[in-house]
Amino acid sequence: MIVLDAVSKSYDNGRILAVDAVSLSVERGEFVVLLGESGSGKTTTLKMINRLIEPTSGSITLEGQPVLEMEAHRLRRSMGYAIQGVGLFPHMRVAANVAVVPRLLGWKPEAIHARVNEVLELVGLPAEEYRDRFPAQLSGGQQQRVGFARALAAKPSVMLMDEPFGALDPITRADLQAEFKSIQERLGLTVIMVTHDIFEALLLADRIGVMWKGSLAALGTPREVLHEDKHEYVRALMCAARDQADRLERMALDSG
Amino acid sequence: MENLLEQLSLLPLYGGAHMTLSLSAIAAGITLSIPLALLASRTPTVQWAVLTTASVLQTIPGLAMLAFMFLVMARLGFWPAVTAITLYSMLPILRNTVTGLRDIDDNFVEAARGLGMTNDQILFRVRLPLAVPVIIAGIRTATVWVVGMATLGTPIGATCLGNYIFSGLQTQNHTAVFVGSAAAALLAIVLDQLIGLLQRASEKRSRPLAIGAAAGLAAVVLLGLTPSMLGALDRDERPVVVIGGKNFSEQFVLAELMALRLEDAGFRPDIRTGLGSTVVFEALAKGEIDCYVDYSGTIWANHMKRDDVEDAETVLELMSEWLEETSGAVCLGALGFENAYAFAMRGEDARERGIASLDDLVRAAPSLRVAGDYEFFSRPEWAAVRDAYGLEFQSRTSLDSTLMYEGLVAGQVDVISAFSSDGRIAAYDLTVLSDPRQALPPYDAILLLSPRAALDARIVDALAPLIEAIDDDLMRNGNKWVDLDRLSVREAARRMHSALSE
Repeated sequence: MIVLDAVSKSYDNGRILAVDAVSLSVERGEFVVLLGESGSGKTTTLKMINRLIEPTSGSITLEGQPVLEMEAHRLRRSMGYAIQGVGLFPHMRVAANVAVVPRLLGWKPEAIHARVNEVLELVGLPAEEYRDRFPAQLSGGQQQRVGFARALAAKPSVMLMDEPFGALDPITRADLQAEFKSIQERLGLTVIMVTHDIFEALLLADRIGVMWKGSLAALGTPREVLHEDKHEYVRALMCAARDQADRLERMALDSG
Repeated sequence: MENLLEQLSLLPLYGGAHMTLSLSAIAAGITLSIPLALLASRTPTVQWAVLTTASVLQTIPGLAMLAFMFLVMARLGFWPAVTAITLYSMLPILRNTVTGLRDIDDNFVEAARGLGMTNDQILFRVRLPLAVPVIIAGIRTATVWVVGMATLGTPIGATCLGNYIFSGLQTQNHTAVFVGSAAAALLAIVLDQLIGLLQRASEKRSRPLAIGAAAGLAAVVLLGLTPSMLGALDRDERPVVVIGGKNFSEQFVLAELMALRLEDAGFRPDIRTGLGSTVVFEALAKGEIDCYVDYSGTIWANHMKRDDVEDAETVLELMSEWLEETSGAVCLGALGFENAYAFAMRGEDARERGIASLDDLVRAAPSLRVAGDYEFFSRPEWAAVRDAYGLEFQSRTSLDSTLMYEGLVAGQVDVISAFSSDGRIAAYDLTVLSDPRQALPPYDAILLLSPRAALDARIVDALAPLIEAIDDDLMRNGNKWVDLDRLSVREAARRMHSALSE
């Protein structure tokens, strides 16, 4: 369980408030999406969880333990981390990329070898075929699969993801979203994901937190958020989404 | 053709030494620069300091850096040369390593940090491997610089391809200059291409390409180090005598001549010519070389700082005393000829005008044109002569010394500042004017021995027959054979050697 309690981040001696008193608790096995425009504070919030950014005030706890009391690099090794553009290391083969965290944790070579094979199969890449390739020899979708494999390699119970599907073409994106959702459910992973894609958020999340100018403007299940009408920005956003969906549906009916 | 073969026969010696020097400097440069750059990459202040220091070192002219290292280390040859060249090689490697480590795509660093790498792990597992192509590019630049700069090792006694170039330029042996320059250029090109291949291999992460480049480099290194390794295996039991020499034809010939005599006496001569005038004197005093020929006036004016003019015998006597007192070096004696500044005219012209001495010249001077080499008119010798005789010329020109002789022969000037042992005096039938008022200081050629060599009776015995044995004519011939007849230095020395043995 991850609990954020009135977490704020300001820059430039408080003149710029990037995140303003965000409180959020994420249950074990829950898939929470932080949805918002760029500059809304969603990525900053995510990065404060694994201490890539240190909060100015407030507290964050992981299983009851304040993250600020843990060593930053150990904390990060205990969480999976996947980002847009993947960040696979171009000088390492697929197997070495996937093995980064187990190696940092000092696993035995045989255990690493077996786990790399296992986790590559899990993300749909036959280990035999892909282990020894360099990232540059893979398609965008394959690279993102390796990125997931790398994040999952050390069996984390928590995954932090920053627009992981952002750079993919629509078909690959839809496939990977579905596959990842099923992996998440099968492994019981706790996931906190950041996106600006409202449909992605609605389709994947157990709960959505809508961020607006550094604050959490709404928080609830997709169904709840879709009908939220207290916050003007959230209402406008959801109206637009429903409107688009309606038009798409009509188009589909017309042609059928 | 014969000259070319003779030059090529020196290639294993000069080329091998050049490779040993360049490769050692590169290896040292890499070993020092990369850890320094890693250290510098942590703090901007250190980075600034390191790069600025390296840049400043880079602005020092190569030759000055080498001379400075010779003075600081008080040694001749390989060690000061390799130190100076190493310092020179560091900037491109440092700069590329620092830039390469810094300019890594943020995405990779972000991913590495997010996965839980510490700063050191990010540096060594992500930044450094990703910077490799840029670092290799820096090493490539440094290598080309170093191979070029190593040719400047000659003036501080480090054997290298520069030996061809320095002696070739002085003796106008174009074949030697060509062989030396071509060999240095070829070495630079081959290394540049092979390292370039290694760079491409690291960019493409191609193992076969990397193996090919590494094999090529290994072959070049092995080839270059072979002569030195064979030299180390060579069980030559003969004691070594190091012979020094400055950077002009006469010095090259005399060094070879001493080498021939020492070889006959069972020694193994090691010739280090092309040395700077100060370098060779310091090296003798410190025992880095065992013998060389200097000129009494040079020691008198440059080292004893005397500006008065004494007769030859007094100068020789005072100088010998001064040498033994200050450094323990010994003047074995005068060789018998002078290499002094002297005024020369076309022989025919001098006879027509009835001019044989500087006294005779005074009358005719106002209608005559004088030319000197670049430094002559700013030297004390010129002032001394001008004032002692009251010389006034119609015009005065500074020229390159070769052009000066050609101008005299062609009648464009009438009087020149020659060197009394110059081979062109005999060849062009020039008249050297005598100096009855002794305004020009004596420049007798003298044979100097290091303190160690002076105590070795066999060295003294081998060289003593040269004392008072080489007159002006023989030395002028020796110089003429090299400068005008284009014989190799060694051949000219052989001719002098046999002339002395008769």
